Amino acid sequence: MSMAAITAAQAGRQRRVLPGFGLTMGLTLTYVGIIVLLPVIALVLKGAEIGPVRFWAIVTAPRTLAALQLTITAAALAAAFNAAYGLLMAWVLVRYRFPGRRLLDAMMDIPFALPTAVAGLSLTALFSENGWYGQFLAPAGFPVVYTIWGVAIAMSFTSIPFVVRTVQPILEDMDRSQEEAARTLGATPLQIFVRVIFPAILPSFLVGTTIAFARSLGEFGAVIFIAGNLPMKTEIASLLAVIRLEEYDYNGAAAIALTLVAIAMVLLVLSNWLQSRLTRRRVPA
Amino acid sequence: MSLVISHLARRFGATPVLRGIELEVRQGELIALLGPSGSGKTTLLRIIAGLDWPDAGGLSFDGTDWLAKSAAERRIGFVFQHYALFPHMTVRDNIAFGLTVLPRATRPGQAQIAATVDRLLRFLQIDGLADRYPAELSGGQRQRVALGRAMAIEPRVLLLDEPFGALDAQVRRDLRRWLRGVHDSTGTTTIFVTHDQEEAFELADRVVVMNGGVVEQIGHPDEIYDHPATPFVARFLGLTVELPIAMRAGRAEASGLDLSALPRRAIPDGPATLFLRPADIQPVPDPAAPFRVTEIASTGALLRIVAESDTGCRIEAEVSRREGRDLRVGHAVGLRPAAGQIFPGGATPLARPASAPKALKEARP
Repeated sequence: MSMAAITAAQAGRQRRVLPGFGLTMGLTLTYVGIIVLLPVIALVLKGAEIGPVRFWAIVTAPRTLAALQLTITAAALAAAFNAAYGLLMAWVLVRYRFPGRRLLDAMMDIPFALPTAVAGLSLTALFSENGWYGQFLAPAGFPVVYTIWGVAIAMSFTSIPFVVRTVQPILEDMDRSQEEAARTLGATPLQIFVRVIFPAILPSFLVGTTIAFARSLGEFGAVIFIAGNLPMKTEIASLLAVIRLEEYDYNGAAAIALTLVAIAMVLLVLSNWLQSRLTRRRVPA
Repeated sequence: MSLVISHLARRFGATPVLRGIELEVRQGELIALLGPSGSGKTTLLRIIAGLDWPDAGGLSFDGTDWLAKSAAERRIGFVFQHYALFPHMTVRDNIAFGLTVLPRATRPGQAQIAATVDRLLRFLQIDGLADRYPAELSGGQRQRVALGRAMAIEPRVLLLDEPFGALDAQVRRDLRRWLRGVHDSTGTTTIFVTHDQEEAFELADRVVVMNGGVVEQIGHPDEIYDHPATPFVARFLGLTVELPIAMRAGRAEASGLDLSALPRRAIPDGPATLFLRPADIQPVPDPAAPFRVTEIASTGALLRIVAESDTGCRIEAEVSRREGRDLRVGHAVGLRPAAGQIFPGGATPLARPASAPKALKEARP
């Protein structure tokens, strides 16, 4: 997001390449307004209608709390896994040349392209007690289906590409002579990674991880099949919102949705602030 | 002798980049590796640094085999063409890097590292920039920081890849003098790569001229300038006029040329080629001479004169406006070279395959 801001600022100073600033800007803002901002505003207004006392009562109700706790914990697990795995994956894709690299690269987009419900069904089939993985995991005392682990696995499946796709371009653009410089200065491979490479990718890594987390908070399609949706146990927050909606409890649905939005927003703002803090003085003059 | 390079060869795929390099660098010397792009000079520098490895040959420093050592063990200071500063570290942290990555047992204390960095900052005249980030510096300042970072580890040899390549002309000249000063006061053995002969000649104690993966000539700048050893060096140093001549008893002869100013040479009788700088040729009006002036252009201080002989030989000469005031297009002129270099062989020897490795080098992973 801050990248877009920088590009826009530069474009403003230079002579514009594309004509029709007014038209393009107008269309963009209209779109953002109608599709992105309006629903959020409507949600906030709906939430405000409830009143703070009632809002607090809904959000702190045991079933809501349990759902929120499950959702946040599972999303955190998924984000942590994706942070580690996504970094590794980006590293392998950028640093090594091997047969099938482009295929692997393309496969990273499957979770984006696949309908999440399909992903959820496949994962459930794999991890259920007679599935390919489940037949070994369940007897070993590690049931996945209908547990928080199943929820986390489904979440991590749909958000894997975020870390890979944010870190990959930065890693690709990195000046290799920095590593060589570190080598001539006596740094060990671990020191080179920790002190030269990781700081360079840290801002995009943070952003990727945060987006993966935010996306997992709201993941619905992939999760509901594998979670089992037992109230107080494996019921995620967005499903609870749907249930409230079906019960015509609009206030309840809005309060839960608003809580999720608030958490995601706070995280995104935080990560963007961190990113801009980390990169402010690195932009070439 | 401190650094000894012998029979060094390196190829990238099917392309030979270094073809048997022999070089000895003495303690405290300032050496320039000079050559066109693709001549293998950067590859040679990277092999000395331990960032690349030869396919054959030896590299030793004070009797130790450096090919058995890693870049870190060699303790060299390498300044990259585009500096390769760490963008997320301040100038101070960049310079301190080499000291902070030392194993705990040999690492100096915080205060000692800070003192070393302060001393270097003052020495390199960048003490005001300690807390800036590389993105906030000019090209010349980055160059100084890169040198400071390399010098902090007290390298045995300092290696610089096109140290002034990315700077504008004025900063280049200033930094050149400054680098010579730094070298003179530290005495560190220094090797730098350049394609700019002026830079090489002004800075270096000895210049190594490279082409197509071989060393064409090694010597003191004046020696190379006055006595290029091969046709390549002659052309590279601006002896761009090539005339066919005949050798007889050590004397050069050619019709229309007054070669009396050239000393006798121990070159066997027969056809030879005379290499001249345009500025060393004085055209003299002579109705009987085979050259005819075809073009006269003024560059302000100088006249650039093009003359052609009836045999199709085309030469370019540079004379001062005063000396050339009697010359007109169409005049018959004889040529009187003041200095030149003769190589045996009639037909102009073709330049060595000036190596394709440039593209290859850049595509290298």
